[in-house]
Parts: sequence; C-alpha cells; structure tokens
Amino acid sequence: MRLINQKPGRVLALFLAILPFLAVLLAYKMGSDARLAVNPSDKLLPAISTIVDTAERLFTQPDRRSGRILLWHDTAISLQRLALGTGIAALGGLAFGLAIGLLPHARSTLSGFVSVASMVPPLAILPILFIVFGLGETSKVMLIVIGIMPFLIRDLSQRVLDIPHEQIIKAQTLGASTGVIALRVALPQLMPNLIQSVRLSLGPAWLFLIAAEAIASDLGLGYRIFLVRRYLAMDVILTYVIWITLLAFVIDWALKQTARKAFPWSGEAL
Amino acid sequence: MSFVTIDNIFQSYGPRPILERVSTSVDEGEFISIVGASGCGKSTFLRLLLAEEQPTRGEIRIDGNPPAREPGIERGVVFQRYSVFPHMTVMDNVLAAESFGTRFGFLPRKARKGARDRAMATLDRIGLAHAADLYPTALSGGMQQRLAIGQALTATPRILLLDEPFGALDPGTRLQMHDFLMELREETGMTVFMVTHDLDEGFKLGDRVLVFDKPRWDPTDPDIIGATITYDFDARNGGIPFQTIKEETHVLHPA
Repeated sequence: MRLINQKPGRVLALFLAILPFLAVLLAYKMGSDARLAVNPSDKLLPAISTIVDTAERLFTQPDRRSGRILLWHDTAISLQRLALGTGIAALGGLAFGLAIGLLPHARSTLSGFVSVASMVPPLAILPILFIVFGLGETSKVMLIVIGIMPFLIRDLSQRVLDIPHEQIIKAQTLGASTGVIALRVALPQLMPNLIQSVRLSLGPAWLFLIAAEAIASDLGLGYRIFLVRRYLAMDVILTYVIWITLLAFVIDWALKQTARKAFPWSGEAL
Repeated sequence: MSFVTIDNIFQSYGPRPILERVSTSVDEGEFISIVGASGCGKSTFLRLLLAEEQPTRGEIRIDGNPPAREPGIERGVVFQRYSVFPHMTVMDNVLAAESFGTRFGFLPRKARKGARDRAMATLDRIGLAHAADLYPTALSGGMQQRLAIGQALTATPRILLLDEPFGALDPGTRLQMHDFLMELREETGMTVFMVTHDLDEGFKLGDRVLVFDKPRWDPTDPDIIGATITYDFDARNGGIPFQTIKEETHVLHPA
C-alpha cells in the first residue's frame, strides 16, 4: 500500500499528536540533566521540577516589594494592549476593506497606497511611534495596529471583491442602496473572513506587543521576560513563554469556535 | 403598444464590436427566449437589458421610461449560480426582496409580521416552506433556483431576466423547473427574457425565440462584425403557430 493511503487509527493518531511534545520534553530533560550533573547550580537549563516550582510561585505568590502577583498583572495589561490593538486594527480593516472592495473610487484612491504601506516594516518605525506617542500605552497599541492593519485591509478588501458579482447585481435589483449592500450583503459575508484573518494576524500581533514591551514598559509579559533575562532566570522566562503560548492557543481556539457557532452557513472552511 | 423597446443597440468592448443594430420590441407578458452560439453576445444583451452595462449606442426603454443607468427594482434577475445570498436563511432570502429597499436594509418591527406571512406564502407557493430556516447551501440546485426565482418575483419587477437559469441542473430537475416556471408565468403574466443554450428549452418555454448570430462572416477578420438578432421565431404552439385548422372538418373522431 502506498504511504499516501496509509492512515493512522484513532489511538495511534492521538499518540502521534502527543509524540512531538514528548520528544521536546525528553530532549530538554536530557540536556538539563547532563548540564546539572556537571554543575548543580547551572542556570541555562533548569530542571523541569525547578520550572514547575517557579511557575507555582509566579502564579500564586505576591511580589515581596509591591505585594502584587506580578504574573497576573503582566497578563492583564498585555492582553489589554493586544485586544485594543487587534480590535482597532480589525475595525479599521473592516471599514477600509469594505470601502476598497465595494467603491471603485475608494479602490482607485487607496489600494495602491495600502499595498505600499504594508511593505513598511512596523518595527522600523517603532522609534517614531515612541517619539510621537510617548512611552505610554498609545505607542504599544499603535505598533500592533500599524503592524497588522495593512494585512487585514488587503485581505478583507480582496474577500469583498471575491463576493460573486451576481449577488451584488441581485441585491441592486431588489432595490438595495450602496449602504444596504455593504450592511446586508458584504459585511455579514465578511465576518467569518474577519475572524480568520484576525487569527492569522494574532501571531504578528504578539510579536509586536512583546517587542514594544521589551523596549519601553514597566509591566507586561514581554517586559518581564526581557527584565529577568539580565539574571539568567531561565525558569521564569520558560514559564512566561509557556504561559504566552497557552494564551495564544486559547485565544485562537476561542475565535475558531466563535466563527463556527456564529456563522453556520460558512461551512467547514474555517 | 410595445412594453420593452430595444432601439438600435450597438455594444463594443474597445475596438471589438459585440452587438450591432439590435432592435426589437416586446409586448407586456411575452416570454422571450434568447439563443445563440457561445460568444455571440446573448449574455452581453442580457447585461444591457439588466442595465449592468450601458450600450455604446442605442437605448432600451421599459414602459417608455428613460433608459436605466444601473440595475434597479424594475428588473428582476436569476443567474445560473450565486443568485441567492448564502449567509441568509431561505426565509430571509425572500424577506430580502422587501427589506433591501428600506434605508438600512432592515424592516421596521411593525412591518415584520406581515412580511413574514407574505414570505411564508411565497415559500409555500414555491414549495420551500419546509426549508424556511435552512441556509441555501443545504438546498439542492433546483431548490436554490426556485428560491432565486421566488425571491426575484417577490420584488415584483417589470421584467424578469433569466441567465441560463437551469443550465446547472440535471435533466429531470430541469423539466420540473420548466413546469414550475410555466405555472408562475400563468399566475403573474410576467414579461420574461431567458438566455439559454438549450434550443428545446427555448422553444418550449418561449413565445418568441430570438437567435443571436453574426449576420455576415468576414473570413479575414471574423471579429470585425458584431452579432445581431438574425431570426425572430414565433414559438407559440410548439414553434408552428397559425398551423392549426380553424374550420370544422366534420371528421368523426373515435371516442
């Protein structure tokens, strides 16, 4: 039988899915054990038990100086920045995407500009953002917005253009104005695509968030990682990295479920 | 008095003429089938009727009104595909015929009950009442086209344009759709233009069959001549009108 026709059973499929995780864990444990055997106070690859202890401390015990559990504060402020950034970018993407997709005049005006603007590396203009908006929240949210909005605009305007022309004509023969076509024909069909595009741009959004926090912040997940780097606190860094990964995964999963629940007509394409 | 007047239409894309000197007039309630080879301009003609495009020369008037510059509620249309809105339930698709004309595309709360009752009656009529809450993807091709026709007729257009409406259906479903369309036509007396490349279908359903073709063929540059209406058949009585014997023949028919 050809390899392309050999399918794993349910149990094997589950095992195969877990296998890479186990492999990484095992590789880490072997490396860590080897280093700790040579030097018990090695900081580069702390034992898994050390990481678990550290994680427990970080999640439950308040900071001695400020009396707050810093991890939760870091998480809250980072998620707030992320939500604001992606939210604003999504709204902007939706508005501009609809305009570019539906209105020939807007398309002529904006589509060239958006394709050029999307080529500007967002991190390269981060200093400008810090200069213009200061070191506060605005510049960090703006970095996320500027980083992912051009992609969202391009993607969503293309999705509007992909709506079959027949539907737009049909809507007109039913008496729909431009506004009604945008509101009742284009926008609802765009929503599943919006969620899909936001899911894709969450990766870059995290990147921009952590970059901005690493450079100028006093709270936040990215700030914490880059702070404890000075003390080679690998156990803290690894805890934060795993926590961020988990958050990103849960957000992605939640968006996927939302799309499936809210837009049953869009099929299994998501 | 002709209802739709098509007066000396020319249409060209760039230097290439598609239609030339197309003129005809259609009475209210007539069913016009439009046939022709691929690329002979019959779809272009339908787009002109729909006012999706403007002719290079000439004009099309419905009921003497000035030529339309964009598609509107005077015209109803059903395409081969994509004629219903995939994100709306069957019920909402029919309701769209009423709600899309409002300012924001939603019916006011007061009007909703009556509109739902009317939509339900329409769904009953087109045999989709049981599927009112389904999305179009759950319907078969024939059901989707029935919905599209019902939706178009709910908006009560002056003329109904059908662009190969049954082209994607299997032969059995197609026959059912013919019956369905004939019944609806009996009831509404709608003026219909139907583009098809099935000659039998054209003659079966139409009162007239317009054939689009190039009147001349230039062997050195076939694209230099656009198409026009080369035949205008009277398709009533199975394509042989005026052949029925009018006088009493006093021949005994077996009982």
